[in-house]
Amino acid sequence: MLLLVQYTLIFASVLMLVALGGCFSEHSGVINLGLEGIMVIGALGGALMMRALPNSWAALPTILVVLLGAVVFAVAYSALLGVACINFKADQTIVGTALNMLGVAAATVLVKAINTAADPNNVSSEIQYVEAKKKFLVNIAGFEFNWFMLIAIIMLVVAYVVLYKTRFGLRLMACGEHPQAADSVGINVYKMRWAGVLISGVYGGMGGICYILAGVSLWKFENGVAGFGFLALAVMIFGQWKPTRIALAALLFGLFRALSNVYFGFPFLVALNIPGSVYNMMPYLISLVVLAFTSKKSRAPKAEGIPYDKGQR
Amino acid sequence: MKKNLLKNAAVQSLIASLLCIVLGLLLGFIVLLFINPSGAGEAILAVVKNFWNYSRANLQAKNFGNTLVKTAPLLMCSLSVLFAYKVGLFNIGAAGQYVVGSCACLYAALAWHWSWLPCLLLSIVVGGVYGAIVGLLKAYCNVNEVISGIMLNWIGLYTTNMLLATVKEPTSPYTLHLKTDATQAMLPTLGLGKLFSDNGNVTIAIPLAVLIAIAIMVLLDKTRLGYELKATGNNKNAAKYAGMAEKRNIILTLIIGGALAAMGGAFLYLTDFEQWSVTQSSVPGMGFNGIAAAFLGGLNPIGTIFASYFIQHITSGGAFVDLSKYSSQISDLISSLIIYLCGFVLFIKYAINMGIAKSEEKAKQKAAAADEKGGAK
Repeated sequence: MLLLVQYTLIFASVLMLVALGGCFSEHSGVINLGLEGIMVIGALGGALMMRALPNSWAALPTILVVLLGAVVFAVAYSALLGVACINFKADQTIVGTALNMLGVAAATVLVKAINTAADPNNVSSEIQYVEAKKKFLVNIAGFEFNWFMLIAIIMLVVAYVVLYKTRFGLRLMACGEHPQAADSVGINVYKMRWAGVLISGVYGGMGGICYILAGVSLWKFENGVAGFGFLALAVMIFGQWKPTRIALAALLFGLFRALSNVYFGFPFLVALNIPGSVYNMMPYLISLVVLAFTSKKSRAPKAEGIPYDKGQR
Repeated sequence: MKKNLLKNAAVQSLIASLLCIVLGLLLGFIVLLFINPSGAGEAILAVVKNFWNYSRANLQAKNFGNTLVKTAPLLMCSLSVLFAYKVGLFNIGAAGQYVVGSCACLYAALAWHWSWLPCLLLSIVVGGVYGAIVGLLKAYCNVNEVISGIMLNWIGLYTTNMLLATVKEPTSPYTLHLKTDATQAMLPTLGLGKLFSDNGNVTIAIPLAVLIAIAIMVLLDKTRLGYELKATGNNKNAAKYAGMAEKRNIILTLIIGGALAAMGGAFLYLTDFEQWSVTQSSVPGMGFNGIAAAFLGGLNPIGTIFASYFIQHITSGGAFVDLSKYSSQISDLISSLIIYLCGFVLFIKYAINMGIAKSEEKAKQKAAAADEKGGAK
């Protein structure tokens, strides 16, 4: 039971972080379908940091540096979305999809190259971080507290305050609702959209590194992040683009995701004799059903997905 | 006045696609330079050469055949993406529809011992139903087809793994060979294999896929249904106002899209070229590469034939790179770079048109200046 809570919380943290990233980007008017790829690249940045850092470092600087690595990689990567979709008015769906594929391919090629350079016989795309991972965990009476749970909550508060209590946040949201009106009162729509995309990179990168630290202590980059970026988008839609609701939605989705990891710990679930694959597909199935019921009265930002053209009024 | 060739939309698409390919290869080359500067040129060449890496003619022919075998399913997936895109829908679910199509034909072949035609038909039906789910959710529940498509990709993958686990080899995670356990389900070769130095995997799937591409073009450009579907894609509300059943059109599009992608699955797995691994934990890239091919082909069914071949050509070529220096995934890297660049196609066309307009303006001014001179005389 404790294990279930633990996994639920950590998966909810991942989903919440990434969904909040999507929330920033979409409120500024850019649909960020590339979150999956951004997560992979963020995870790569963090994993490379963990690989490079000596084990002798204390927990706090390690955590900060790893987080920084993930964020820097992911923000740089999300700039690819920004350039294409904001400056060149490219189709946001194509570019997002391309970023997802590029993320996995680039990470795989890079990690394999690093592994092969270190040991010519090693052609795997795995990075191990057994020691570094321990620094993220605090054992409280059998419950493995992960610092990311706290980071996720802090980032949630930050997102709420920035979006609703600052001039910047309100302006950002205006650009996603009616960019022409925002422009007419002197807001630079392009700048705001860039801000939205880059912030989604910050959140996506954190979510990515958090995801690969959730259960295992080595990551095979060929596998990407198994659709988590898209689950996060489902969380965001279910959360109606509002940070507090996103947090609740993330808990729900996290619970179902966690079940697939720990269902064999529950005698009554094992007794049902359902194949493991069913638990694996649960989060996706649930999100499909949830979306079917909630999308009708969707409160999506009105101008999302439409490239902003200053010449068009 | 001479007509400017660059003004032709088809020529512009071709230029844009070629530009994407060249830039994609160039960027790939730069990435390789960073990883290991000594072999970057050779690696890119190896990827581009693919089967020409072999020096013997019969091996070349055989491997050319192998590339074609995998081009057929890729072409089907990209047609699925293209068809939906013409109706304003982004069918990222093609990947999952391809998966359930593969599942249906393999299960029918191995568990029920059906022959190839019913297997293929079953795939088509299952894929159509799978696509219909996306369509229904989009039409009646306003669920974004990209999100639902992705969810269904994963659901399809896990369901397929579960089902096909009942018809796998006892000691490996792979499904049984059709060659040994279900010869009746193998697609007929009609002697096509002889052309590729007895490559038994070359079947009617390849010409069929090309024929279907042409059929899709006819359907989209020459029929009333195609017109209605495209109108729905351009403006859902206008189509509704004009008396078209926009909900039906959305669902129908995704049924056809699903059927096309699923047929792609059958086209690959009924040749016994590959076995399905029931332990795979990521959705096969075929559907995603289909997106690349559709956009690289300028969203034209005929262009897509060539684009699919190109994407598969470099994907197969990835196997020839020097594995001590790079991994075979560099071809994935290049094809994803190409898709990213395809996002800029609109801009490239805009730039071409701007260039033409500018030079025409100049020519006009010159002509006007010449006229003035003539008048002053």
